Amino acid sequence: MTPQEIIETLRSRFGDAILEAKTEGVIDPFVKVSPLSLKEISHFLRDDEKTLFDVLMCLSGMDYTGGKLGVVYHLHSTNLDHKIVLKTEVTAESPHAASVESVWKTANWHEREAFDLFGIVFDGHPDLRRILLPDDWEGHPLRKDYAVPEFYNGMKVPY
Amino acid sequence: MEERMTSERTVAGFGRSLKTEEMVLSMGPQHPSTHGVLRLELVVDGEIVVDVIPHLGYLHRCFEKHCEHMTSYQQVIPYADRMDYVAAMSNEFGYVVAMEKLLKIKVPERVEYIRVIMAEFSRIVSHLIAVGTYGMDIGAVTPFLFCMRDRERVLDIFEQTCGARLLYNYMWIGGLSHDVQPNFAEKVRSFCTYFRPKLKELNDLLSYNKIFIDRTANVGVLPADVALNYAVSGPTLRGSGVRWDVRKNDPYSIYPTLDFEIPVGTGAMGTVGDCWDRYMVRVKEMEQSVNILEQAIEKLPPGDVQAALPKRIRPDAGDLYVRTETPKGELGYYLVSDGTASPFRVKVKSPCFVNLSALPAMARGSMIADVVAILGSIDIVLGEVDR
Repeated sequence: MTPQEIIETLRSRFGDAILEAKTEGVIDPFVKVSPLSLKEISHFLRDDEKTLFDVLMCLSGMDYTGGKLGVVYHLHSTNLDHKIVLKTEVTAESPHAASVESVWKTANWHEREAFDLFGIVFDGHPDLRRILLPDDWEGHPLRKDYAVPEFYNGMKVPY
Repeated sequence: MEERMTSERTVAGFGRSLKTEEMVLSMGPQHPSTHGVLRLELVVDGEIVVDVIPHLGYLHRCFEKHCEHMTSYQQVIPYADRMDYVAAMSNEFGYVVAMEKLLKIKVPERVEYIRVIMAEFSRIVSHLIAVGTYGMDIGAVTPFLFCMRDRERVLDIFEQTCGARLLYNYMWIGGLSHDVQPNFAEKVRSFCTYFRPKLKELNDLLSYNKIFIDRTANVGVLPADVALNYAVSGPTLRGSGVRWDVRKNDPYSIYPTLDFEIPVGTGAMGTVGDCWDRYMVRVKEMEQSVNILEQAIEKLPPGDVQAALPKRIRPDAGDLYVRTETPKGELGYYLVSDGTASPFRVKVKSPCFVNLSALPAMARGSMIADVVAILGSIDIVLGEVDR
């Protein structure tokens, strides 16, 4: 399917959950969806025989600045050989998005990474804890407003 | 070691239920077979592994934050080198391909050929380390020395080309740091002639060795559908019998013009997707890389090695995801530009990170000694897992 057709299918099926879609003027066509309906949309995209997105290539946390965080999902179908990008936006005050771990197992670690570095909370994740940083680390380093701490566990950081 | 829970299970030969206790065994972070600083928390019931919980991050240096603080896109390349440090050329290749797509520039054909030659050399180097250390994990020390000896030849070519043996900073946005030496073609050809018989030697010594087969066949089977759900890539995916390679299925650079095959696991010694299959895919890939080298060096056109670029690189605002096939698998760069001279966001989808996440699925139910074999067959580099 072309990206346009995938977007049409999603629009007709999920209606209001599809917030925005763009195919022209961008390098990778994307669909912006509401963070809480992500799981249903992902399930549909994986299982529907016209889309069959069996591989989640990449899941990236984002900080769009101004109190807006986001998650970007790059999907690919090995059988039908088409791609689409899902984007979602959450606020820094309430950074909650639905977990897609039950749809694609690979999301497990990617979501833990986004939680670790951006503080995005994935509801429904079975084991959401820090993955790259120590458990007692404070803050989320990839946020744009992150300030490097002067002390770590009472030790002065030498820079 | 700490007690977890107790369970009843029937032990063969006893004919009655014995009470066994689960135990937690910590493997690493300083353990020779974890290939770096990785800690595995093994929940074991006797010799059987009930669960594996990897703990990573010991080498984390926040590559992605570094990138955002660079003053130009060019400065990212030395950092990209340091992710998968045994195949640094491949990391650079992925980044420059992504950047050139973002900037919509075309590089001279000579550059593409040299890049592909370097990337295939780096595949050979990385696979040599992978199969060599894999043999060593399992108890075969000699093949490792043979692999290191052959790797040396490639490193000499790298050294002659760009002065560095491990971290190159050779591929630049729009071209290369400089052209290859005049005797480059001759060196590549002589390497190809030298290396083919060495592959046979490796097969005789290790691949078809009975002890090696006994340790790896039918161990750590990863079925194809599970592999895809975990989005594993590279030899780990192809070992499961999925004929999928970014160079063929989502081509970039000059790969469409080259003739090579994608080896996959066939279950020749056991089950499709076992450790031996993953190992053998690497050995066969080295042979295909030699084929690519021979073709590319024949066609290597003369010309310039740097495309005309503005002094300050400022891509238009936008984002893109570009993936390339590194020795470990599908390396993806998600680049976001806000129109300024430094990246807004660089996200790296590291193949090792993703492949390692499938380790628990492969290792559950196996013996403790097999965890070493399974981990080695995934071929991780912790510099890339932790970034």
